[in-house]
Amino acid sequence: MQVSAAGMQDAGKSESRIPNSDSRILLHANAEDHHIARMAAVALGLTILEGAIPSPLPGVKPGLANIVTLIVLARYGWRTAAWVSLLRVFAGSLLFGNFLTPGFFLGLTGALLSLLVLALAQHLPPRWFGPVTHSVCAAFAHIAGQMALVYLWLIPNAGIAYLMPIFAAAALLFGTVNGLIAARFMDNAETI
Amino acid sequence: MSPPALDHIKPGDWLTLIMGTGGVVLLALMFWSGEIADKAIIRSGGKLFREVSLSRNQQIEVPGPLGVSLISIENRKVRIAKDPGPRQYCVRQGWLQQAGEVALCLPNQVSVELAGSHKRYDSLNY
Repeated sequence: MQVSAAGMQDAGKSESRIPNSDSRILLHANAEDHHIARMAAVALGLTILEGAIPSPLPGVKPGLANIVTLIVLARYGWRTAAWVSLLRVFAGSLLFGNFLTPGFFLGLTGALLSLLVLALAQHLPPRWFGPVTHSVCAAFAHIAGQMALVYLWLIPNAGIAYLMPIFAAAALLFGTVNGLIAARFMDNAETI
Repeated sequence: MSPPALDHIKPGDWLTLIMGTGGVVLLALMFWSGEIADKAIIRSGGKLFREVSLSRNQQIEVPGPLGVSLISIENRKVRIAKDPGPRQYCVRQGWLQQAGEVALCLPNQVSVELAGSHKRYDSLNY
């Protein structure tokens, strides 16, 4: 009885000092969170896979992870796609060890710009425009954002402009291919 | 029957692709139109050695720490014809024609850069 009273007193005292002595932070992950995490993990896997593909020019990458973003966009909407895409950028940078380096900011800028454009592109009439359009628009936005960052921050002269057509052509090509793959995946999932 | 990949391209997607291709071509024309070079800027040891017009064919000898590099101008094109450097990268680069092109002979600290009537960008820094 006494002990418990003392205990209660203690609890009362500690409560007066620290508002919540039980400082565990519980994050309740619901089914959607798990789903986002799973999709981001798939995207991360593709990013790593892509790292093994040699590139003729630094910065020219197929962006396979965007296939995941496209599918998520079509299935679950823009908010979920944004989560998956940004999680992939952050977790990927931690994995590759380039968090807060120029490479990270390039990826982040590209992802943000792509998401911005996707937010607009998703409202195009679905009867006429599919994942290929989304993908190509996002790829162009991605490269435009990166070019802007490179120009404004990393290499403040127009030398990079000389490479613009190459980057743009790569964006068009890989954007189309990724869009087709995404569309193909969605078909398969529907028939199964 | 069309190949399966094409089934996934909706009419609007074709429009996007056509516009995208147009955009790429436009960019290429914008950045690669290759302003015709009309002078060569020759540097030695980081300092300007000479600026010569491409209108006259000539050979220019540029002294560097290793010896003399020979730059030749012919038919509005420029090349480094001879260089004392060990690897000969700048010589093997061959003829330069477009504004912005550069050949560097690092060992002998000699460079030649082509420029148009106005200098558009510093390709050396990139």
